[in-house]
Amino acid sequence: MKIKSLIIFLVISSFFLTCILSIWKIMSTLQGLSFTNLNTTSVFLIGILLSLVFVLIGKRINHLIKIFSLSFLFSILYFYLNEASPYWYIFGVFLITLFFTNKLKKYSMQSLKEDFISEKIIFDFITLFGIVFFAFVILFPFYIMLVTSFKTQIALLVNPLDFSLDFTKSLTELFKSYFVIFKTYNFGRYILISSAVSIGTVIVTLLFAIPAAYAVARLNFFGKNFLSTSILIIYMFPAIVLVIPLYTLFSQLGLRNSIFGLLIVYTATTLPVAIYMLQGYFKSIPKEIEDAGIMDGQNWFGIILKIIIPLSLPAIASVALYVFMIAWNEFLFSLMFLDSPKSFTLSRAIQYLSGDAETPRQYLMAGSVIVTLPVLFIFIYFEKYLVSGLTAGSVKE
Amino acid sequence: MSVSLSKLEKRTAYTLVLPAVLLVFAIVLFPIFANVWISFKDIELKDIRIPEPRAKKIVKSISENESELKVIYKLRNSSLIQEIRNVQFQDKFPKNISPIDLDQRCNFKSKKIICDFGNWEAKYRENFEVIIKNTNDEKIDKKIIKSRKPILSGTANNPLLTTNFTLKNFKKVFYENNFVELLLTTFYFTFFGTVGAIIFGILAAQLVNQNIQGRTYMRGILLFPYVGPVVALAYTWTLLLDPNSGTLNALLVNFNIIEKPINLLGQKYITMSILGFEFKLRLALTTVIFFEIWRYFPLAFLFILARLQAIPQSLYEAADVDGASPIQKFIHITLPQITAIISILFMIRFIWNFNKFEDIFLLTGGASGTRTLPINVYQQGFAVSDIGMGSAVSIVIVMLLLSFMIIYFRLIGKKANED
Repeated sequence: MKIKSLIIFLVISSFFLTCILSIWKIMSTLQGLSFTNLNTTSVFLIGILLSLVFVLIGKRINHLIKIFSLSFLFSILYFYLNEASPYWYIFGVFLITLFFTNKLKKYSMQSLKEDFISEKIIFDFITLFGIVFFAFVILFPFYIMLVTSFKTQIALLVNPLDFSLDFTKSLTELFKSYFVIFKTYNFGRYILISSAVSIGTVIVTLLFAIPAAYAVARLNFFGKNFLSTSILIIYMFPAIVLVIPLYTLFSQLGLRNSIFGLLIVYTATTLPVAIYMLQGYFKSIPKEIEDAGIMDGQNWFGIILKIIIPLSLPAIASVALYVFMIAWNEFLFSLMFLDSPKSFTLSRAIQYLSGDAETPRQYLMAGSVIVTLPVLFIFIYFEKYLVSGLTAGSVKE
Repeated sequence: MSVSLSKLEKRTAYTLVLPAVLLVFAIVLFPIFANVWISFKDIELKDIRIPEPRAKKIVKSISENESELKVIYKLRNSSLIQEIRNVQFQDKFPKNISPIDLDQRCNFKSKKIICDFGNWEAKYRENFEVIIKNTNDEKIDKKIIKSRKPILSGTANNPLLTTNFTLKNFKKVFYENNFVELLLTTFYFTFFGTVGAIIFGILAAQLVNQNIQGRTYMRGILLFPYVGPVVALAYTWTLLLDPNSGTLNALLVNFNIIEKPINLLGQKYITMSILGFEFKLRLALTTVIFFEIWRYFPLAFLFILARLQAIPQSLYEAADVDGASPIQKFIHITLPQITAIISILFMIRFIWNFNKFEDIFLLTGGASGTRTLPINVYQQGFAVSDIGMGSAVSIVIVMLLLSFMIIYFRLIGKKANED
């Protein structure tokens, strides 16, 4: 039993170490190091050795001394078994091993005797592996987007793996793609249009949604139930089936290529979810507060303005952020309705840029960074509000 | 008293709700009905403009006599299918200029030629000529004549509002459009995209739900693909997967994992052999599905995580006392608690993936076997510019969606009754 859990422990832990070291190697390759072999077998074997020595030593020496000396020995071994590599790379290996051996802290020959220890080991390492895996898979494309915008097309065609940044170059040289897309491709204008459309959508949506949500949450009227169920069904209906009729209608009304037309469509498509989110929150406000307002002789306008809105600012903020994000990221309608560069939004402008095969990729990526950064910043800064918005934004139980 | 109060309440409610309802009706519900109408019409992109009479003015000199000029108006009906009724024509000239031998349909009054051209059938064309003469026998300035534009007017039916209907579009959708393949591709994409997103969502939620350091950061990072703009992400992936100088292929070739680059987004099939069995994999479609999973598993993750965090900790403690293993805990405690949210997620994601347009459009444009129904709507309506056909495909989508919803609610309703 103990042998079995020992073997599982060695294999799983070493597998995990091999994975992080491979990721480290891949990331270093992208900095221009010319590795051609991942050496997984030898790393795996010395990983097993490392884990074995770790549990054999157990608690005989101080944990800190143990992990430092073991990581140091491992790094030296790694250095000799591997292709020639610079010292910073080996230092990275050392730090990774340090992190890894620190994670092994709770394992010793004694702990391998516990119940279900093999399952626990598997779960532990799958968790660690999962975190590294998810973080890598998600962040890698964003990383590529960012670094490509600082490179040049020619350099990337010569060596598609060298993403190292040349900091000896001047800042204007380094940020050249950004200067070009602002100067030559007019991105300043597109940022303005995108912001105007998104902020406009937020304001108009709130103007329409707050009264409607209040009515649905508080007042009794014929067709209320029908309305609240149809809100969700409408939300489920796809944009793609609206495109042809709206395109013909907007062509005949001359609303294509107009920011106003885009704003109407965005408002109408985000209204159902905004009403749904807000009415849920309005219902949670105690009715007594409103009754007090009615006693004071407020009409519905006063009640909404002076009682409901101040009390539900967090919910309004999350709706506003959610709607802003939808409008900022929206692509289908801007593709359909805008065909003059005068009225492009950022997304549409990037798509237009990519339509020309001659456009160097660093410009495309610089544009992508510009359209992505604001949403990511907003998201990180207001994560709390946005997460509750996202969760409520889709159907709740 | 109470009657009037409830009346007042109703009136207030309608005032509050009406603007939102009207807007949503105009932009969301009306187009769905309009689709039905358009899908029964034989109409193309160029026909959606209301027909109008047009004239191109050409000024020519005749012989050496500079006091006479020939003005040619190239008249035409802008529409190829619609007639224009009661076309009126007007062109103004400088003083001292008058026409010679004016057409019978026209007359000259206060420096203007005014004509009544009657009805123009579809595709109507005419070269209408007028010879003008300066009454003072002086030279006429061509430029001045040319700079004045004739004014035309006429009444025409809006081609969208005519009542000639046809079943042609639907026949084409079902018989000339590779309908079965289209449907299968859509279902592959939808089903695997949905299931994959949910599976990865469960895994990620399990990870983040444990007591690990920095789990709030992890939750934030996991949502990046979902909150990022689709255009930026799709182009980044296209670059990443590019066969010629894309990072992924370059890495795989560099580490000798593959011999030569694979065109992940541009190749329809790839032959794989596993255990001696050879089979063909829809390569581009699989790649697009993976992108879809990458982008939308965060939503599943968020919902499942919220549910996981609501499971009372005492359940797990009790299981520990009973000596349950981690796998048993997952199967007997966690899984039953999240089935409800998974079934809802499945429906939402299924419907949304079924309608997904942007992702596929930006990655492959619908080429290499990734043509789904929404892509087909765009291709028919705007690439082939057959609006009627595009609408017919939209109708098929709406019909399928409605049947999914009915099936789903039947199943869920049954389950709710049994519980």
